[in-house]
Amino acid sequence: MTFHDLTIQEIHQKLRSGELTSVKLTQDCLERIKATDGRLNAFITVCEDEALTAAAVADQQLAAGHEKLLTGIPVAVKDIFNTLDVRTTCASKILDNYVSPYDATTVTKLREQGAVIVGKLNMDEFAMGSSGENSAAGVVHNPWDTERVPGGSSSGSAAAVAAGQVVATLGTDTGGSVRQPASHCGVVGFKPTYGRVSRYGVVAFASSLDQVGPIAGNVEDCALMLGVIAGYDPADSTSVDCPVPDYLKNLKTGVAGKKIGLPKEYFIAGLDPDIKKAVDAAIATYRKLGAEIIEVSLPHTDYSVACYYLIAMAEASSNLARYDGVRFGMRQDTGEGLIGMYQQTRTAGFGDEVKRRIMLGTYALSSGYYDAYYLKAQKVRTLIREDFRTVFEQVDLLLTPVAPTPAFKIGKMVDDPLQMYLSDIFTIPTNLAGTCAMSLPCGFSGEGLPIGLQLIGKPFAEAEILQAAYAFEQATDWSDRAPGL
Amino acid sequence: MKISQKDVEHVARLARLTVAPEELNTLTGQMDAILGYVDKLNELDTDGIEPMAHAVPISNAFREDEIRPAIGIERALQNAPVAEDGCFKVPKIIES
Repeated sequence: MTFHDLTIQEIHQKLRSGELTSVKLTQDCLERIKATDGRLNAFITVCEDEALTAAAVADQQLAAGHEKLLTGIPVAVKDIFNTLDVRTTCASKILDNYVSPYDATTVTKLREQGAVIVGKLNMDEFAMGSSGENSAAGVVHNPWDTERVPGGSSSGSAAAVAAGQVVATLGTDTGGSVRQPASHCGVVGFKPTYGRVSRYGVVAFASSLDQVGPIAGNVEDCALMLGVIAGYDPADSTSVDCPVPDYLKNLKTGVAGKKIGLPKEYFIAGLDPDIKKAVDAAIATYRKLGAEIIEVSLPHTDYSVACYYLIAMAEASSNLARYDGVRFGMRQDTGEGLIGMYQQTRTAGFGDEVKRRIMLGTYALSSGYYDAYYLKAQKVRTLIREDFRTVFEQVDLLLTPVAPTPAFKIGKMVDDPLQMYLSDIFTIPTNLAGTCAMSLPCGFSGEGLPIGLQLIGKPFAEAEILQAAYAFEQATDWSDRAPGL
Repeated sequence: MKISQKDVEHVARLARLTVAPEELNTLTGQMDAILGYVDKLNELDTDGIEPMAHAVPISNAFREDEIRPAIGIERALQNAPVAEDGCFKVPKIIES
């Protein structure tokens, strides 16, 4: 590959010097996709013509000296981002024929910085899943071991970066859907603070939890991508109007004197021994880098999965009411009236996991159960947020594993949804608290599967997480390895 | 049992979904297991705790009431399963 060991800024040097062109780079990516995607299934739609056109424009811009942060860089986005005149399916049959009439704000921002959008990435249907197995476009495979899951729901977003199909991608993270696949695929993924990045044009799953995040091969590229997509958007009333720092500027600050907390509830019995070993080694690295390591407690951690699934399912049941066969997507109608048309369309269009969540969410919101389930979960959410608030009075960052096990075998958990939900235990609390967190490679299991380290920061302290991640990456070589596809 | 097959059929009607008879047993079992699990929230005393609806304390996000470009009828209808005369067309709603 021409770019696999290079950062975006290093690729730019080659593009500037004329050693490389964006068209050549984009062609390489398209060839890499052709050579590997039969085994991975990371893409739902490849936009070959549009990408080559954008690359040619980028080369003209570069020749004219009009270089922006992503000029000529091949990227791809999860198939949940609206992209003008390109299909956006959310990996669902119900949106199989949906062609976006506009761009998501984050997609506009990528284009404004000159990125070449190569295509749309596979995912769990409507971002509901932790394995990439719930897709109407077929199961996504892990580049490190194609018999294993890549994680989810931003499955293709992580697999494509790991496999060198594109330089960087965008995913979405509602309960870990950027961090967990990044961890399973040995790449870097960031979930920004709720409100940091616009959700406009991103198909909604659970609106109080959804957040857009970048996935890249290294911390520097992740920082650059975050800087591109972050910021207030008048079109998203929940985006927050606060200044976006230059994430690249102070990346090399280091962690000397920083207080890093280890929440004891995350280092429980049952944690995979390979993961424990890798995370312990990471803790030792941070000590050596001058950080102060402190054991802390997030006492309500054990309630987060129950709290999360109630809230996420309730919000999903409401958000997904829009798929009714009227304004967009598929319609199935055998002439049994309007309600009959709704039922036929939704029953034929949604996959099993999506239906299960809509059903549970509808139940939790239904008359007589609202207080017991949804309201109760919202109150527990307050307790979980307070856990974080208290702990961040003592420490600057938290360090935890991303997932309790490395990537599991395809098919292992498909019949046991509850077991699948429990695998999100370490990523869910940050979404509930609304704060920011990152996954970065910190080792490999005995079977050669990547292991991820999670760094959690205070709300809007993305820069601090990136600095700590960069220091770790420079001190280790975990991010340098690539799967032998 | 937290939820019966009858409850599941009722919820399906509310959600505008149809559960096939051969799926009803499995789905009821799965929903029951999940509802049983989330019951653990009742271990916590939440009396007097404010419910949290959003991570960011925004109450109202007002903007100036200005005319701005909209997506237009053609774009809005481009994905319609059935459209006619610039409108979405649906099955008959009111019986005559």
